[in-house]
Amino acid sequence: MTELQQHKHHIKLSEESLQKQTTTINLGPTHPATHGVFQNIMEIDGERVIETVPTVGFIHRAFEKIAERRPFYQITTLTDRLNYCSSPINNMGWHMTMEKLLKIKVPKRVEYLRVIIMELSRIADHLVCNSVIAVDTGALTPFTYVFQTREHIYEIFEEICGSRLTTNIGRVGGFERNFTEASFTKLNAFIKDFPRVMNEFENLLNRNRIFMDRCIGAGPISAERALNYGFTGPNLRATGVDYDVRIAQPYSSYEDFEFSIPVGTIGDVYDRFMVRNGEMWQSLSIIKQALEKIQAIEKEFPEQKNIFYAQEADHFHLPPKQDVYTKMEALIYHFKIIMGEIDAPVGEVYHSVEGGNGELGYYLISDGGRTPYRLHFRRPCFIYYQAYPEMVRNGLLSDAIITLSSLNVIAGELDA
Amino acid sequence: MALSNELIQEQLTNKFGEQLTNWEQQFGLLTFTAPAENNIEIMHYLYDNETLRFRFLTDLTAVHYPEKTGEELCVVYLLHNLIDNIRLRYKVYMPISQPDVQSVTSIFSSANWLEREAYDFFGVNFIGHPNLSRIMNVDDMDYFPMRKEYPMEDPTRRDKDDEMFGRGGSF
Repeated sequence: MTELQQHKHHIKLSEESLQKQTTTINLGPTHPATHGVFQNIMEIDGERVIETVPTVGFIHRAFEKIAERRPFYQITTLTDRLNYCSSPINNMGWHMTMEKLLKIKVPKRVEYLRVIIMELSRIADHLVCNSVIAVDTGALTPFTYVFQTREHIYEIFEEICGSRLTTNIGRVGGFERNFTEASFTKLNAFIKDFPRVMNEFENLLNRNRIFMDRCIGAGPISAERALNYGFTGPNLRATGVDYDVRIAQPYSSYEDFEFSIPVGTIGDVYDRFMVRNGEMWQSLSIIKQALEKIQAIEKEFPEQKNIFYAQEADHFHLPPKQDVYTKMEALIYHFKIIMGEIDAPVGEVYHSVEGGNGELGYYLISDGGRTPYRLHFRRPCFIYYQAYPEMVRNGLLSDAIITLSSLNVIAGELDA
Repeated sequence: MALSNELIQEQLTNKFGEQLTNWEQQFGLLTFTAPAENNIEIMHYLYDNETLRFRFLTDLTAVHYPEKTGEELCVVYLLHNLIDNIRLRYKVYMPISQPDVQSVTSIFSSANWLEREAYDFFGVNFIGHPNLSRIMNVDDMDYFPMRKEYPMEDPTRRDKDDEMFGRGGSF
């Protein structure tokens, strides 16, 4: 035995670990393939995953606790940081929860504008997820290609609310300001450009032999298990269950739109990929319909052009700054809202929206104070990520990686 | 026949009678309270019954009501019948000195982490849970942070006490 080998023996390993035939590896928390802060302690036999134990909570920020000490209008910024790939949906979901509690009826034009924003962010969310599956299977080009389109979506957000990723878009009752001409121009340019990009993206991957071989059969889950695990969103639909909150419990006038729900069959990575692709096409169609509906409203009632929030929400909707300087009522409401002097009614409300990766629910208990008594976020990621060990068991390690990316687990939403 | 809130209430009252209390409907969502001892029976009934078919656990969380003596902690289940597309909320209250409730992980796999979260933040003891350990917070934490027992970090801040949030008085 050489000196070097003898030195090795100073490392004390337990008998069990010397005897066992499998390897324990640590995937994450900062592994480039995990796309977020997740840790998985995996027991592998060669390339085969025997067991995995996910650890969550690395970026837990106690949002539910913080929300108990914040006026209602300040909670929007917390929701931004849940699923940060589609923040506007989270923001809108929170506003709609408040509107439900306050029994505010939002004008149709505002609802359609919201639908546009939500569908744009759904596209942005799905683009990231799907292109990242491609990255994890070894194709970097589609990822860099569609990020240009995502950039266009972010430019639209920027035009509307001034920020891009954590948008804080909209207010209780509507939007903080009306959509500018430029935002509609950018939106129309996006609608014109997106089918070309999407077609090219699908051409690169959908029937790509290598991609199909990698994805088909990887990380499958049956519909029964998925329902038992509380799956929602594209991941549930990939198993063949057509549950979509937009259809099941329509909000923001989704019942006015014609669209279909793409579903898969065996719930593997490829099904999830295809369902998301299908949803992006549906989202595009919804955006087009929403624009037509807005134009129809504006044609019939030209004065509606300037309506971007519900008048009855003025106790909670921060008035435009120029009004604060020139109008008495606006100044009063501004003061009352900023100073947190407006109590919300007592009540318990659950409202859910179809987020980027499932049913995003807000369970709000108000005791009549100026902050929630209790606010709970139903985060789809947190609930369905539990199924991960079951999905990757007995599969290959490389399949475990693409399963993780195709589930679209977002650390911010997972840990809240 | 489509399932309605009234029908659910009738069916459950026929089965469990006086055990279920506090029936109410807020924003169209039927809510009731059940005793903590037999929550698993009720959950089984809701799951197995061919008319009710509440086979999807949407959400599970806990709430702390410090002034309700003897029933300080509350576990809230939100169930969904995906076939008839109807939701149901169901609450279980328990004393903070003995926060025991049956785990529903045997029915819903999704309850696993949700119950761990409720344990982590409120200290609810789910009997029969396969691995009731902390999930978000560090393992050696010795308190339950979401209980309404903790004042603001900086007690000198007058702008953040309860009076400023419409409740009067402070912790």
